Amino acid sequence: MLYREAGQFKASYRADQAIFPIAQDRFVAMALLVIAFLVVPFVATEYTYRAVLIPTVILSLAAIGLNVLMGYCGQVSLGSGAFMGVGAYAAYNLAVRLPFLNPFVCVLLGGFVAAAIGIVFGIPSLRIKGFYLACATLAAQFFGDWAFLRIKWITNDTPSGSVNAPPLQLFGLDLSSPTANYLVSLVFAVVLGLGAKNIVRGHIGRQWMAIRDMDIAAEIIGVLPMYAKLSAFAVSSFLIGVAGALWAFVYLGSWEPAAFDIDRSFELMFMVIIGGLGSILGSALGAIFIVLMPIFLNQALPPLGDVVGWKISTATVSHFESMIFGALIVFFLVVEPHGLARLWLTGKEKLRLWPFPH
Amino acid sequence: MGIRKSRLLGAALLSAGVLAATAAEAQSEQFIPGLVYRTGAYAPNGIPFADGAADYISMLNARDGGINGVKILFEECETGYATDRGVECYERLKGKGPTGAAYFSPLSTGITFALTEKAPGDKVPLITMGYGRADSRDGAVFAWNFPLLGTYWTAANVAIQYIAKEWGGFDKLKGKKIALLYHDSPYGKEPIAALEAMSKKYGYEFLPIPVPAPGSEQKSQWLQIRQQRPDYVLLWGWGVMNSAAVSEAGNVNYPREHMLGGWCSGAESDVLPAGDKAKVYKALMLQHPAGKFAVHKDIDKFVVSQGKSLAKPEEVGQVLYNRGLINSMLGTESIRTAMAKFGNKPMTGEQVRWGIEHLDLSADRIKQLGFEGMIGPIKLSCADHEGTRLSRVHQWDGKEWKVISDWFTGDDSIIEPLVKSTAEAYAKEKKITERDCSKES
Amino acid sequence: MGFFLEVLIGGLLAGVLYSLVALGFVLIFKASGVFNFAQGAMVLAAALALVRALDVMEQWHWPFTLALAGAFAFAAVVMAIVAWAAERLVLRKLVNQEGIILFMATIGVTFFIEGLAQSVFGADVYPLNIGLPKDPLFILESVFDGGILVNELDIWAAVIAGLLVTGLALFFQRTRIGRALRAVADDHAAAQSVGIPLDQIWFIVWLVAGLVALVAGAVWGSKLGVQFSLSLLALKALPVLILGGFTSVPGAIIGGLIIGAGEKLAEVFLGPSMGGGIEIWFAYVVALLFLLVRPQGLFGERIIERV
Repeated sequence: MLYREAGQFKASYRADQAIFPIAQDRFVAMALLVIAFLVVPFVATEYTYRAVLIPTVILSLAAIGLNVLMGYCGQVSLGSGAFMGVGAYAAYNLAVRLPFLNPFVCVLLGGFVAAAIGIVFGIPSLRIKGFYLACATLAAQFFGDWAFLRIKWITNDTPSGSVNAPPLQLFGLDLSSPTANYLVSLVFAVVLGLGAKNIVRGHIGRQWMAIRDMDIAAEIIGVLPMYAKLSAFAVSSFLIGVAGALWAFVYLGSWEPAAFDIDRSFELMFMVIIGGLGSILGSALGAIFIVLMPIFLNQALPPLGDVVGWKISTATVSHFESMIFGALIVFFLVVEPHGLARLWLTGKEKLRLWPFPH
Repeated sequence: MGIRKSRLLGAALLSAGVLAATAAEAQSEQFIPGLVYRTGAYAPNGIPFADGAADYISMLNARDGGINGVKILFEECETGYATDRGVECYERLKGKGPTGAAYFSPLSTGITFALTEKAPGDKVPLITMGYGRADSRDGAVFAWNFPLLGTYWTAANVAIQYIAKEWGGFDKLKGKKIALLYHDSPYGKEPIAALEAMSKKYGYEFLPIPVPAPGSEQKSQWLQIRQQRPDYVLLWGWGVMNSAAVSEAGNVNYPREHMLGGWCSGAESDVLPAGDKAKVYKALMLQHPAGKFAVHKDIDKFVVSQGKSLAKPEEVGQVLYNRGLINSMLGTESIRTAMAKFGNKPMTGEQVRWGIEHLDLSADRIKQLGFEGMIGPIKLSCADHEGTRLSRVHQWDGKEWKVISDWFTGDDSIIEPLVKSTAEAYAKEKKITERDCSKES
Repeated sequence: MGFFLEVLIGGLLAGVLYSLVALGFVLIFKASGVFNFAQGAMVLAAALALVRALDVMEQWHWPFTLALAGAFAFAAVVMAIVAWAAERLVLRKLVNQEGIILFMATIGVTFFIEGLAQSVFGADVYPLNIGLPKDPLFILESVFDGGILVNELDIWAAVIAGLLVTGLALFFQRTRIGRALRAVADDHAAAQSVGIPLDQIWFIVWLVAGLVALVAGAVWGSKLGVQFSLSLLALKALPVLILGGFTSVPGAIIGGLIIGAGEKLAEVFLGPSMGGGIEIWFAYVVALLFLLVRPQGLFGERIIERV
């Protein structure tokens, strides 16, 4: 009843190819953008910014990047943590060595450096696939771990190996407040996410999906696997690298190589799986889920334990987190391999019929 | 693209609601957060420290009703020794309670580095007792960092002093080889600057050997040590790396009496897993030994026997448990010092910072608190956030730690120039104006 | 020269320990085509069950051999429960999915087992003593100055691994169940069509892998103490599998030896010039280079894709 598209006619190809062809979708999307940009800054507390909003936004961007690689192009990657690190350290080096550059310009350039490294580590994908490729990307991850610790000029020769982000400002306007941090990250995420959505809808995205579905057949019809796979690695690493630089500059402020270790890679992979492989919306949903779940468990489990008289220590909460994550991964893979995004689409389908049964 | 924003907002509002509900209580209590790690590769050392810190606060609440009548609200947050989780815990807890968090003790140099950036803006002091940034003892630059009782440069210097004494004088150091087996993280790298400076001064060859985290496998490093044959091995590990190092030393037959651990490598959890191989292994002490002292009677009476202790019975009196007690004691005494100036009510972070900077515990006061024999007098000032530079050495005999040396004092002629240069560089990089300590009260 | 031999032997013996963990992977991959990332967590869970049961039995003052046997039996039962649960709740539901989905499901199982084992059995470091000597041994003292250092525990581990491999080889070749396992590994549908019960076979395979994990956990736990980082051994076993081939038991052993020796030699001789600590990625880079040249590993089956 509410979600009907009857009466909505497209008079041009351009209108037909819009991301949100249905007017109701467009309205909701606009409303959400307005809320995110204009309403949230007035209602959110500092804690909400730092613990919920900023990590969610930045990790959504990283998850979109990983989804481009894993979901759209079908190349397994367990090295995304290292690519975030490459983006972060590249941006840091540029900011420190070329201080006239604005930190956000450094963030973007860091993304490009990550894209270049991504292409290099993507070369094995031309020969191997599946979880063999996962092993190759693990090599990238561990090599990254070592390089950030050991190669002194990456960390500008600090004795401790821990580096600090430059102060965030734009044309002299200080952007270090939580609200400013949130808005900046949101701008990056929305603009780059929109870019990613358009890329995957275009001919490059279709090439990636052809490779994912059956790479030999794709090659036969003329898709160049080298170009397609390496461009997937490049775009994906760019997005992940920008997210990594934002994570370091905006969220952490001061970081060490352990911030980009294999646990981070697993976290991104979980976001992508739970959110839905092959869906931009899914990446964001997965990020929201993964960021909120530990906070929710931390707040909800001790009171629940008190109800049954069981004092739950922080260690137990941590173990429960692991268990619940693991169980949810299996659950999602069994019940809905296409993740939260598919659940959302199913919901929309049902909404088209509502209130009628069929 | 925008549909996810509705989920975002809904989730944000939900969590804000949950948090508002839980924060509604605690009107006039002093909130003290505990950043702990009870899981992961560093849990063996994190657990006893966290238990000690929590038990002391429980004891204060039970015995005295808090600090000067103000009850203490204590809450733990699990960091797993991970910097980003530490930052998240910090953000969650810094504003809790009527006046915010009193102080943070992350027990992790990595988290300390990250929080050093945030603490001045949020006006919450960091008590990094025996760890953290070694240059943060310079209070003119690091107004909000307090490496009480000792920094890693003091530790490194005392280690060299001990070795020199064992060999019969500083001139005997010349030409010898001293290795540092360190945890490959900001924590492990911290003493390197001091050890390098001293190698230039005393003429020994300095051999740093990193162990990638978490450090449970060290065979290659110890085979290297076996090849290089250093005259002494300093161990700067944490968590499972410590026991693995002692075990591997035994496996390659490197004489354990030529090993000296830092004060983060000298606890029961570091030697018990290695069994017999840990006999005669020595380590520095952060002043305090293992064992039970006057304060433990109160802990037993008010906490352990009431079943409120988080620790296992054999843990009470262990090295790291005692360290947790001392950490909470110094923190609460700082709050008490602040209350003497600002009144008997919950203190804000800024007031607690003043309190820590003006902390002055005499020997009598320490005896009154029940800590005689554990630490000596400590007095802080604007310029000196360390308070005291003493350390000594204890040795494991298979069953317990025995103190085997006299007191050593950190040599400021070596440490002070290092602190000054790195602190000044930090102030320049961060555009911090140094406080003028001669003018502050 | 003596030092080189020392590092080589130490590396080979460490490699044997890696192959103990890799064996479990090979078993499950052979029989169900699943790359079981949870093998590391199974090693941790088995070792924790073993060490806690041993502690409890020592508290009850049982004589050592009886306590050891009891503890092993308890741990074996725990692994059987894990195997049953994994088969029932995870594998059966994901029968026809692609390999990568199953792989990710096992990652989920890993997190679950890690959280459960640590919350039930505790997260401390538990020293484990199952009667294996742990002292260093100096051999060939007459030939080389100072002798070559070998560790007794490592030698015992090598012996145990050898026995295990022989046992498994006999099991696969000589018994009816072993034949059924190989049939299932070849082709699920064909095996089912000749009447082999798939779910029972998978349960048996996971049980055997669980027992292999128990042995690996016992040996590694004796060496390092039973603690959380045991589950990270899964990450060390991956390069071993790539080198040896995912479906080959002797491949796991040979791959383990090569990786172990290569890693230690690289760290000791190459490491200092690169600042040290190259162990963490060296095995992976070697595996990666190997993959580019021979993707199926030394002994694995050639994967032939049909369009």
